Parts: sequence; structure tokens; C-alpha cells
Amino acid sequence: MVNGLTLGSVYAIVALGYTMVYGIIQLINFAHGEVVMIGAMVAYSVIVVLTGANTGMPPLFIVLLGLLAAIPACMGVGYTLERVAYRPLRKAPRLAPLITAIGLSIILQHLALIIWSRNPLPYPQIIKTIPYHITSTPDGATITNVQVAIIVGSLAMMGGLLLLVYKTKLGVAMRATAQNQQVAGLMGIDINRVISLTFVIGAALGAVAGVMVGSYYGIAHYQMGFILGLKAFSAAVLGGIGNLAGAMLGGLLLGIIEALGAGYVGDLTNLSNLSDWSDALAQRCVSDPNLTLFGSNYQDVFAFLVLIAVLIFRPSGLLGERVSDRA
Amino acid sequence: MRNFFDTRRNPTLAWAGIVLVGATLLVLPFVLASAGTFWVRITNQAILYCFLALGLNIVVGFAGLLDLGYIAFYAVGAYVYALLASPHFNLHLPFWIILPMGAAVACLFGVLLGAPTLKLRGDYLAIVTLGFGEIIRIFLNNLSQPVNITNGPQGLYMIDPFRLGSFNFAQRETILGLDFSGPVKYYYFFLAALLAVIVINMRLQDSRIGRAWEAIREDEVAARAMGINTRNIKLLAFAMGASFGGIAGGMFAAVQGFISPESFILVESVMVLAMVVLGGMGNIWGVVLGAVLLSFVPELLREWVGPAQTALFGKMLIEPEVIRMLLFGLALVLMMLFRPAGILPSALRKRELEGVKT
Repeated sequence: MVNGLTLGSVYAIVALGYTMVYGIIQLINFAHGEVVMIGAMVAYSVIVVLTGANTGMPPLFIVLLGLLAAIPACMGVGYTLERVAYRPLRKAPRLAPLITAIGLSIILQHLALIIWSRNPLPYPQIIKTIPYHITSTPDGATITNVQVAIIVGSLAMMGGLLLLVYKTKLGVAMRATAQNQQVAGLMGIDINRVISLTFVIGAALGAVAGVMVGSYYGIAHYQMGFILGLKAFSAAVLGGIGNLAGAMLGGLLLGIIEALGAGYVGDLTNLSNLSDWSDALAQRCVSDPNLTLFGSNYQDVFAFLVLIAVLIFRPSGLLGERVSDRA
Repeated sequence: MRNFFDTRRNPTLAWAGIVLVGATLLVLPFVLASAGTFWVRITNQAILYCFLALGLNIVVGFAGLLDLGYIAFYAVGAYVYALLASPHFNLHLPFWIILPMGAAVACLFGVLLGAPTLKLRGDYLAIVTLGFGEIIRIFLNNLSQPVNITNGPQGLYMIDPFRLGSFNFAQRETILGLDFSGPVKYYYFFLAALLAVIVINMRLQDSRIGRAWEAIREDEVAARAMGINTRNIKLLAFAMGASFGGIAGGMFAAVQGFISPESFILVESVMVLAMVVLGGMGNIWGVVLGAVLLSFVPELLREWVGPAQTALFGKMLIEPEVIRMLLFGLALVLMMLFRPAGILPSALRKRELEGVKT
């Protein structure tokens, strides 16, 4: 449950990146997962260099520095993405920007491969994880300080983003552009600037998410962005794409569904439970008690199943207001 | 292309061209074989990619439904063949029974994917199909327990080659004084099959169904208003595209003799999509051209880039595989930006993608 919550808040932040872009130009930023990956990678490099240099800085400070390096890098990537893949094609049919985005995400992945090698990089665990017990029983649920930091950090960012969108001038401009680009333009809003900024803000969130994922799983890989992006997208759809609060809710829900699903479905379909059915099964169980029908190997499937189910039964998502014709 | 092979307006030139191309295709394997059997294998793979690209073209090019999980059907076809013709279950059915079965199973999966996604358009569809492709792959990877069906990540091996009576496609033999190695035999079989598929595709495009697909692609609401049963026609596009993928998968399994989930990753789907996009969505010859280009160029790169780097810098700086992928991505982006309708655009697509209609 705590794992799910942590995972969920990361998904939520990545999903915010999708949903912001979608809300404003009705396009899915297919390369957003790669932005997250770049963020994790840049922070990785900074952290490794600083740790290796033995500067005597406190670990938390080093991670923050890594984060500070990752954010502008991702902002740059986000801006380039918008400039290259989306702006020239804003008037083109929807297939075109989708394909350029796929192309760019392949390019980003392999550039990262060239820079950071194809092997999974061990994320330096410089912050000691300290587990805290939530329940009074010693083998009950625990929460680590890293998890607390991730959850609190992402909640803070979500709050900040909501403030930005609903309380500032830029936020008004963004919402206006989302409603009607032409009219917003007539009202003196520089649409190109607003859209670029949306991409950049989304990318900055992605950078933070990248660092979080990296330090949570303790690993960074040039292909990590893809599956993460896909799940975050599912989260965004689950909550109602284009809706900020929806993305947060969807992210958290998806994280929890995934953690619980992988945990419990494995137990439920453990063959020992089914051994009454046939003698052959019972015999297999004796030799291999942990044999399951759908174990945690299928964790990744849950996100997709959720996505497909949502799209079939409630295409506008849990909190969505848009009609399904867009879909 | 069409002007060049226009048998009606310019018969002599057209027939000369057709004969020339035909003759080239006939002697090609022997020329390639002199450079190494490796190149014949690459050519066979290229023909399989043509198959896949043509199948995907039905879904993406004709009906305008972006499918990013197409490789799943290829996987289904390959696994059907491998399960029914390998020592794994000790089944050894002849290929002319399994290939249609593979097509049928793939078709079923196509409908399975198509049915829930009928209402979706554009990018949503792309993501759901992508997820579908991944689900299939994850299942193939994990269905080795509790009952060993797919043998998991190890894959299936010792898959039977095509056999007709005593004629074995995998054996080298001499016919009429010519040396036919295994890949060369497969080449002729594949070529014949490809020709059949191309003809089917051309006929499909001009048929009622083909025109219905085009209408749906252009404007679904208008198409429905015109009395087209959009649901069935879209399902048909998925089913047909999937069956071609299934057949190609079966052939792939037979030629390789070994398959594993590794062969059916997302990148492959993207690659097939790149072939369709590069060549020209909706244009059969364009798609074939795209498939041939994208199958051979990477191999040539592999041949040249590595040695060139060693010669220039004294060591391998960037693996050819990486360069290949980078070029892929670049090709996709540049094509969309500067020639969105592909190298050989289809007339309708061209009009649509160059922005007359937004």
C-alpha cells in the first residue's frame, strides 16, 4: 500500500506532464517518458560526480544539486520537443505529430544510450533509507524516509502546479489557450509562448519524477522512460485527460492498483489454492509451492488493463469533462 | 510508379519494365548468394517486412487507424506455427495447414483488439494498441508456468521448415544444374506469396471495402451517413491486417527455426510503422519500397559503419545498431516535417497530409 502510494505519486507527476500538454493542444506528448529518463540520467551523472569528488557535502544537498541540474536539462529537451515535433505540425492532421514524437523518443533513447551506456546504471544510494514502522507490530507496514520524501515532494508540486494554473496570469493564459487558441490569440496572449511554457513546465515535473524513480528503484536505464510514460499516460486517462486533479488522482490510484494487484492476484492464483482441482496440480504444488498462475511478472499488464477498461467504460475518465469524441 | 507500369497507355514500355523487374527478381538470389548466403537471408527478411508493412498499411494507410502493436499479430502467427510444428508439443503438422491457422488465430486477435477500441481515434488508439502489443509479449514471456506453453524467454527452437512431400525447403539441393540453398528456395516461395499479397491488396484497395476504408479515414461521420457500417468495416481492417501479420509470422518461424519473445518487442512495431510512413501511407508500392529500404539500409550500415569507424578513429565509437535506430528516429521526424505523405505518396493521403483538410 505504501509502495503503491509512492509509485502512484511518481505516476501522478509524470501524468501531470501528459495532461497539461493534452489539455492545451489536445495532443499526447509521446516523448514525455523519455524526458523523465533524461532527467534521471542527468541527475545520476551529477550525483555520481559529486559523490566521487568527496566534497564533503551532505547527501541530501548532492541529490538536490542533481535535481537542479536535471530540471533545466529536461526543460531544454521539452522545449526542443515542442519546437521540432509539435509546433511545425500544429495544423497538420493528428497522425503527423504523433509520428514525429515517436521518432524523437527513439532518438532521445539512443542518444542516452550513447552517453550513458546500455547497461542499467546503479543509482547511488547516498541517502540512507530508514524504515519507520507505521503499525505497532514489528512486522507490520513500514515507510522509509525516501518514500516520505517522494510522497510529500510530489504533493507539494501538485499543489504548486494548481496554484500556478488557477492563480497566476500565466495560468489564466494557459487555460484560455486550452479553451480556444484563436480567441486567446486575439486577446493578446502569445500562444506559442504559452504552449512552449506548458511543455517546459511539464518537462520540469518530469525531471523531478525521473530523480524520484531513480532514487526509489536505485536504478536508471535508457529504456526506463518508455514503460513509465505508458503507465503515467494510463493514469492520466484514468483520471480524465486534460484535467489536472484527475491526473493526480489517476496516478495515485494506478500506483495502488498496481501494487495491490501484483501482490494479491499472485496469492489468489497461487496453485496451492487450486490444488483441490486435480491430482496432477497437487503434485506440482508439492515440488513448487510458489507456483502462481498470474504472479508479479504480470505487474505491467495491470496498467494496460486499467487503461483499456477506462477507455471502454468511461472514456472521459473519472474526473473528465471532455466528451469522448476526442478519443 | 503507376505511370511507368501503365499497361494501357504505354504498353511496350510497361511490359518491358515488368519483364525487366521480373527477371531481376528471378536471378537476384543467385547474384546475392555469390556475395554470401547472408544476403539472401536478409532479402527473405525484407520480403517478410514487406508482408508486415502491407498488412499494417491496411490498418494505418487504408483505414487510417494508427496501430502501434502490430508486431503482436506477427508474434501470434509465429507462435502458432512454432507450437504446431516443433518438438515442443511433438506436433508436426504440414505448413499449408498451419499457415492458414496462424492467419485465423491472428485474425481472431485482431478482432479482439479491434472490438473494444472501435470508438477510439488517433492517439488513444495508438496507445491502446501499443499496450496490447506489450500485453501479448508479456504473456508470451511468462506463459512457461504453471503449464509450459510458450517456453518463456528461452523461446521455441527446432521449428520445422516448410516441407512438401519430400521437398524440404531447408535442404540444399541441385535442380537442373543450379545450386539451390535453403534460403534461395524460401526466397522464391516468399516472392510468390508477396506477389499474391500485393495483388490482393491492390484488389482490396479498389473494392467496395477499400473505398469504405478510405471514406472512414477521411471522415468517419460522413462515411456512416453514407450507409457504411463503420463498425464492421473497421473490424475488418483490423482482422485483415492481422491475418497478413499472422501469415508473415508463420513464415518467419519456419525460416528462422527459432523464435523467442525478444523478436517481438515494441521497436519492431515502430519499425514496421516507419516502413509504412516512409514509403507512403496508403500506397502499396510506396509501402513495399519503404520496407525494402528500411530492411537493407540498416544491414548495409552494419557492413560499413563499423569498419569505417575503426578505420577513422581506430575503434568502434558508436555501435551500428544504435546508429540505425538514430537514423530511424530521424527519418520519421524528417519525413513528417518535410514530406509527410511519404516517398511515394498516395494521391488521397497527399491531399490530406499536406493540409488542405485540417
